[in-house]
Amino acid sequence: MIRKGFFKPLTWFTALGYLFLYLPICVLIAFSFNTSRFSVVWKSFTVQWYIKLLHDPLVLHALKNSLVVAVVAMILSTIIGTLTAYGLYRYRFRAKVVFDGILFLPIVTPEIVVGISLVIFFVLIHLSLGLKSIIIAHVAFDIPFVMLIVRARLQGMDRSLEEASMDLGADEWTTFFKVTVPQLLPGIIAAALLAFTLSFDDFVITFFVAGVGSTTLPLKIYSMVRLGVSPKINALSALIVFFSITLITIADRVQRRSV
Amino acid sequence: MKKPGLRIMILKFFNRHENLRAFGILSPCIFWIGVFFLLPLVFMGVYSFLEKGLYGGVRWIFTWENYTRFMDPLYLKILLRTFRLSLITTLILLIVGYPMAYRIARAGKRWRNILLFLVVLPFWTSDLIRTYAWMLILRDTGLLNGLLQVLHITGKPLTMLYTEGAILLGLTYVYLPFMVLPLYASIEKLDSSLLEAAEDLGATPFWRFLKVTVPLTKSGILAGSLLVFIPSVGVFVVSDLLGGAKAMMIGNLVQLQFGPARNWPFGSAASFILMAIVLIAIFMYLKFAGGREALEEVR
Repeated sequence: MIRKGFFKPLTWFTALGYLFLYLPICVLIAFSFNTSRFSVVWKSFTVQWYIKLLHDPLVLHALKNSLVVAVVAMILSTIIGTLTAYGLYRYRFRAKVVFDGILFLPIVTPEIVVGISLVIFFVLIHLSLGLKSIIIAHVAFDIPFVMLIVRARLQGMDRSLEEASMDLGADEWTTFFKVTVPQLLPGIIAAALLAFTLSFDDFVITFFVAGVGSTTLPLKIYSMVRLGVSPKINALSALIVFFSITLITIADRVQRRSV
Repeated sequence: MKKPGLRIMILKFFNRHENLRAFGILSPCIFWIGVFFLLPLVFMGVYSFLEKGLYGGVRWIFTWENYTRFMDPLYLKILLRTFRLSLITTLILLIVGYPMAYRIARAGKRWRNILLFLVVLPFWTSDLIRTYAWMLILRDTGLLNGLLQVLHITGKPLTMLYTEGAILLGLTYVYLPFMVLPLYASIEKLDSSLLEAAEDLGATPFWRFLKVTVPLTKSGILAGSLLVFIPSVGVFVVSDLLGGAKAMMIGNLVQLQFGPARNWPFGSAASFILMAIVLIAIFMYLKFAGGREALEEVR
């Protein structure tokens, strides 16, 4: 048994760790409701910074770009990632180890390396930088994540249902869509939501592959930060954090649900 | 009679060739990752051996110069700083993350799920915003300096932002989840009867921890260290916002070459070195942690 005396300081330490994780985000949210421009002192509660955001055409344009990119990247990467997870689960082939390793690479490659190699590539093939190049990049880094989440679901799946379906005369195509996909659905939805969030929040890769007029929200925040700390950035950041947390919570709930 | 549809024909064809079917279903992924991830890396490698042209372009002349430039003390310093800060971050996070992971693993089932979710949550939220939050706290007119002055601990603001210390704090903050999760996974599997045996045999808590707990959770320690070290070496946002121009890391050097300096070949070389460090780290991890199974651990 672990002694009680050993237990207590550990609990305190862990609590401090969580405080460390969440305090800065709380500070950010608190400041976004502060009247004072100089955020050291608390003056009074206000929502004026949020209202100012809604009247900023540049922020709204960036929001539109972010949504377009995240939705398209989510759809493409969810389809490709799910097919990949299924293919790796269903078939055995010799190059599987290599394939696994290659899918692992985009996850560990520093974002800045991905960003600059893509910008070199896009310039070489004369693809103009804009929403299209951003979407291409996002799909590439979303695929491995979708694949991993769907694969985790596949590994917990009851294979006998698929076999029963085939025994009863359904071809593989029908079995995939009528038996496999419905069972995987919670995993696929969770993966889609996370792919959306990753894409919506991405800064570094987007920073390199974006062009004039294709500013997304994270890029907008970065350029605002460069000009100096302002309550408007706090408000925008607080909204994005809130949005991400909501999506991730839903994804987590969906993923835990059994079929 | 109805003609057999195209779908049936495709199915029949694929039914006969299992390998082809596997290839068919994997081909969108092979295409996308191959063309938009691997191929660009190859081009980046090629660029790193080219000469810089006018206005940010390149001249197709082979040169080693982009790599030999790293012998310059200026760039060597950036390389060493990157290494130093990443290693210190990994060490700090081992010390901070281990007790946290241990406590989570020992919590009741209900609490454990909540605590784990609270660690994962920041992982999926924007690094940029989480780093920016620290600017609010650390800058000269920020929260911390404000508090210090109100409490009369300091007279004038301390410089905390744009220092190496600020980068370390930011890295520790941003990558804490990367350390806690793999540690948790290995501590959770720990067989507590072994700890009891150690205690029965007279081991003090300290030695029990060092001789039993640590070796048994080695896989988590190694995986966590790798997952923290890799993104720290390649970091850009944290060092850009919290370190500024005075404490550049490799990531910032790369950005500089692709931004204002307009030297794409040199930036590619820096980026290639970054990639090499990452691959060496993975290779060393596999060697110490033992093969393919270890790769699964990281996931």
